[in-house]
Amino acid sequence: MQEIFNIFVKSIFIDNMIFAYFLGMCSYLAVSKTVQTSAGLGLAVIFVLGITVPVDYLLNEYILKPGALAWLDAGFADVDLSFLSFILFIAIIASMVQLVEMIVEKFSPSLYSSLGIFLPLIAVNCAILGGSLFMQEREYQTLGQATAFGIGSGIGWLLAIVGIAAIREKIRYSNVPAPLRGLGITFIITGLMGIAFMSFLGIKL
Amino acid sequence: MSASNQEKEPLFSPKNIKLLTSPLNLNNPITVQVLGICSALAVTAKMKPAFVMAVSVTIVTAFSNLIISVLRNGIPPRIRIIVQLVVIALLVIVVDQFLKAFVYDVSKQLSVFVGLIITNCILMGRLEAYAMSNKPWPSFLDGLGNGFGYGMILLMVAFIRELFGSGTIWGFHLIPQSFYELGYKNNGFMILPPMALILIGIIIWIQRSRNPQLIEE
Repeated sequence: MQEIFNIFVKSIFIDNMIFAYFLGMCSYLAVSKTVQTSAGLGLAVIFVLGITVPVDYLLNEYILKPGALAWLDAGFADVDLSFLSFILFIAIIASMVQLVEMIVEKFSPSLYSSLGIFLPLIAVNCAILGGSLFMQEREYQTLGQATAFGIGSGIGWLLAIVGIAAIREKIRYSNVPAPLRGLGITFIITGLMGIAFMSFLGIKL
Repeated sequence: MSASNQEKEPLFSPKNIKLLTSPLNLNNPITVQVLGICSALAVTAKMKPAFVMAVSVTIVTAFSNLIISVLRNGIPPRIRIIVQLVVIALLVIVVDQFLKAFVYDVSKQLSVFVGLIITNCILMGRLEAYAMSNKPWPSFLDGLGNGFGYGMILLMVAFIRELFGSGTIWGFHLIPQSFYELGYKNNGFMILPPMALILIGIIIWIQRSRNPQLIEE
């Protein structure tokens, strides 16, 4: 239990998707103009990461890993399908996003109207595929750990995008040098926020 | 495919040359189109991984542009994203296996970022914006040009970070030992992730000061 909590906290603050690995930067830069829309996108990312990471974990554990097919038949024990992981992960992500979109549309139209436009965008968000690939690389032991990592990374991403959106809303009233306006200053602010987040590095969990 | 093109215009007509050169400056994928930043920043602490990454992305962009452009009239619009992802993923698997076989140490350093070429926004962006509506040869050049533009920024950032962060270029010590004896220290901060963001911010600043038409309101 404690292990799961550690992974959860670590993936929010220390291994933050944006500040430590720059994943999902494209939508981070494009959508962070207002707090409301960025919070919507952040929630959608948490949602999708919370589903795709555990699903990809099961896929990796029972099909892709070297020797993972042993449950089928002892003869498959030395089969290594890990070279297929990119294409299967991205297929799972694309279909999960589609599925989530349809389910949300059916059962919660209000949530759909606030998340709806962001869901297709998420299929090609690097943070989602990155979550699955990190899960594979770090070899989490149980489904619970993988889920905690997925949701934690999503929350970290939400924190980062809401933070930058709030700063960008305020910075409109500042006198930024003209060539730096827009994209340039956003990069520099993200860098400074990253430095602030690095203060969490010292925490031992 | 280039044969049908040649009847109308030469392979390297001024228009096609422009496809190659404009992403280097005024239409740069990273600093102007804001595409492909996700994986660009994390691999720039050293020159060598940055170079390998740049080459991989250029190859994948050029060939995915070419393949999608050949297939563009046969792809149903509703499922085009999936088709594009499958083509890209196949190319990335080839590149990944190649890197694992020939430059294993770099492949380990790049870790998940080779896989993340799949969701690199440059690929989807160029496929949607260019390859879906243009002939194969110009699409190929467009992919090549955007790969070069991406690689150029990557190498610039990696050069600065490696020189000041580790005192080396491509693993060779460039800063003489006598400097260290006089009290010079490597700037460890350059190796850390946030510096890449700040450096790109500064590159954007310089580029936009020189090309005022790029300034945002």
